[in-house]
Amino acid sequence: MNSLILETKDLHKEYTTDKKRVIKALAEINLKVHSNDFLCILGPSGCGKSTLLRIFAGLEKSSGGSIFYKNKPLTSSTHEIGMVFQEYSLLPWRTVIGNVSLGLEFLGKKRNKRLETAMRYLRLVGLEDYAQSYPYELSGGMQQRVAIARSLANDPEILLMDEPFGALDAHTRILLQKELLRIWDNNRKTVLFVTHSVDEAIYLADRILVMSAGPGTLLEEITVDIERPRKRSDPEYGRLTTRILEMLDSQIKQ
Amino acid sequence: MRNVLVKLSIFMIMPLVFLLFWQFMSSLIDNKIILPAISDVFLLLKSPNQPMIGMGSLVDNLTISLIRVLTGYVAAFCLAIPLGMLMGYSKFIFSLFHYFMGLFRPIPPLAWVPLVLAWFGVASLANFSPIQSGQIYIYLRNIQISMVFIIFIGAFFPILLSTIYGVQNVRKTLIESARTLGGNEFKIFWKILIPASAPSIVNGMRIGLGVAWMCLVSAEMLPGSISGVGYLIIHAYTVARTDVVIAGMISIGVVGVMLDTIFKTLETKKFAWQSKYR
Repeated sequence: MNSLILETKDLHKEYTTDKKRVIKALAEINLKVHSNDFLCILGPSGCGKSTLLRIFAGLEKSSGGSIFYKNKPLTSSTHEIGMVFQEYSLLPWRTVIGNVSLGLEFLGKKRNKRLETAMRYLRLVGLEDYAQSYPYELSGGMQQRVAIARSLANDPEILLMDEPFGALDAHTRILLQKELLRIWDNNRKTVLFVTHSVDEAIYLADRILVMSAGPGTLLEEITVDIERPRKRSDPEYGRLTTRILEMLDSQIKQ
Repeated sequence: MRNVLVKLSIFMIMPLVFLLFWQFMSSLIDNKIILPAISDVFLLLKSPNQPMIGMGSLVDNLTISLIRVLTGYVAAFCLAIPLGMLMGYSKFIFSLFHYFMGLFRPIPPLAWVPLVLAWFGVASLANFSPIQSGQIYIYLRNIQISMVFIIFIGAFFPILLSTIYGVQNVRKTLIESARTLGGNEFKIFWKILIPASAPSIVNGMRIGLGVAWMCLVSAEMLPGSISGVGYLIIHAYTVARTDVVIAGMISIGVVGVMLDTIFKTLETKKFAWQSKYR
């Protein structure tokens, strides 16, 4: 087992709506993430899985409990924790390479170094030929690959991915899942991947955390013991899918 | 090539119809004071450097008007853009100013005239300048505070509103993704907020310049004015020189189009990404 990199203790989150109603989004989240893990967080929509990720990214504050990153309390955004969003998040006025070097600019890296690093990560996602293109000239799948390259260029310890393939068509989605595993295999970042697709979670994850709906709690942790590359025709794949789907079904009936 | 010709001829249809109609009406009316012939006006426009009705040439007057407009306009965007950015960025500053300014926005620039005259009279920039002689002094004397103020009011609100709108509508994901990449508030302001809202700001500047130019004639009708195209038009009217009035109007239109083209070119060149942005 690798070293513990992220840990939460009794993390919870409540919102107050405009009408002064308090909504419990997350309750008693106790989570341990080890470095180099590929972890999928799976749950019905509205279960607070995105909120959890946004708290890790420092974009939202928790209402209580604690988060430890490398054994130190995590309080705000850090470039060591990168995030890929579901919506297109590239700067439309910058070229692809300009986008990939954005984080390096924030870190104060020299121009030459920036371009060199950005180019390396563009090559990693297979888009080196599009360095001088603008985001609007690329397809949705290509834009998300650029977004992944941009996060990786910062060399983060943890990569948070909030349904990054959610807006893509089914075929592109499968291609990008494969692509993501290839990239992950290359530099083995810790990945926290939020999805509501059971299939996607089983295809990608080492471990799957299934969340319950409103307020979101961790229901069960499932270790996916299938050799990569995984085949969707594998009987174990099917058994696991059925098991998780039943688990989610029981959630909705309650 | 053929496409260009077709486009050009479509473009030319309306002006030609208009000119024909004008020519027809002027020969029908046959009264120079009501509607002069095209040729009379064309003659004036053909030699814009020639002095007319004792008021200097068209170009001289246009230059003075342009300087006035630009003075008021530059003052307007120097104030409106920073204020708009702050109002768009901070909810506190927004609520501090928004409702207060909302009271002033519906007041037409012309309604300020009596008040502005009471405050500034015929004072010009020359009153506040250490230079008291020479060509620059003459120019400064022609930039009356009251006129600059009216033009300022006209240009200020369109620029302010577009700036606020631009900053408030920057996609949240752009800011959040920058934050996760290690950007602090200051860097996010410069590298994300300003470029992302630039198209809207420039659009506001373009509208503002149009309004400023439109306020010109009313500003130049104020007492103390002895020059400018606006004044030229009013003066020509009092001496029944309708051809000069029309020549002045046409030159205002042409300069307005030219100023607008500068911004349009900037928009299409610099902000091509915006129209294709999803």
